[in-house]
Amino acid sequence: MLPEALHHHPHPALAHHFDDIGQQSEASTLGMWVFLVTEVLFFGGLFLCYLVYRSRYPTAFARASHELDVVLGTINTAVLITSSLTMALAVHAAQLGQRRLLVVLLLATMALGATFLGIKSVEYYRKFEECPAVLVALHLPGGEEGAGHACHVPGPGFSFEPAEHARHAQIFFSLYFTMTGIHALHMIIGLGIMTWMLVWARRGVITAEYFSPIEISGLYWHFVDIVWIFLFPLLYLIGRHV
Amino acid sequence: MSEHIVPKKIYYTIFGILMLGTFLTVLIAYFDLGPLNTIAALTIAVFKATLVVLFFMHVKYSTRLTWAVVLGSIFWLGILLAITMSDYLTRAWLSFGGSVS
Repeated sequence: MLPEALHHHPHPALAHHFDDIGQQSEASTLGMWVFLVTEVLFFGGLFLCYLVYRSRYPTAFARASHELDVVLGTINTAVLITSSLTMALAVHAAQLGQRRLLVVLLLATMALGATFLGIKSVEYYRKFEECPAVLVALHLPGGEEGAGHACHVPGPGFSFEPAEHARHAQIFFSLYFTMTGIHALHMIIGLGIMTWMLVWARRGVITAEYFSPIEISGLYWHFVDIVWIFLFPLLYLIGRHV
Repeated sequence: MSEHIVPKKIYYTIFGILMLGTFLTVLIAYFDLGPLNTIAALTIAVFKATLVVLFFMHVKYSTRLTWAVVLGSIFWLGILLAITMSDYLTRAWLSFGGSVS
């Protein structure tokens, strides 16, 4: 009795309502994709908003886009694509049960994600730093000396040259901060998920039979990369040739 | 099906194409192609996104049900964009009753 029972003992990670690990892993992949559909439509609403206003105020959007740092934007795109590669390789390592390599690749993915957020925060900082009104409101030094500078942070202190495009440029910057901000929030959540996966990988929860947590975390990470693939040209590159 | 192990070589190739696509997107943006600028940027972005979905996200090797969900998301996104824009882009075409200047 006992040896046979042991022989049929299912994988410890297999939930009782699934036939086998393969079925369980297909179900989790499908479930993750259903969640990603809601994410596609969530970001889709923001892209739609962008599309409506850009088709209405093309000149103001092109000029406002010019005020973003294209070098940092390009570097960040490369950083994020590289993090997608390390993530894909992490799934590969998990499938082969290479625990040490998996830990290294998850750490690399997290480091690249953190680099992206670091560069993004430099860009945000520079936009806020230029704004005398924001500095005064936050009781930070430099507000008075900076008076007269262009301020691209939407709000009462917003200013833009040429002034005839200021109102519509403000819409562009509202969309810029909202879309990149929500994207950055997704990156922060992604780092949280990766930390969780790192703990599981180190503890040996992830094995060559049970790697779907890494697989579906990867799906999330790549999705966030795809959002940036669209954000980058739409926000940073319109009207560069002007 | 999700047990399918994609060779590392494919990942490196896709990575190379994605980097090349990024470089092309930036390069093209500095030439004045009129409306083609936006079309070129979005075509490259869609191409890059497709590669990520098919290979990095393993949809190429996934079940038909996963395919249906992925295509469904694109279809519904299409509805959102197409129907809304069909309104916004055509508002200036006609004015009724002569009251709209």
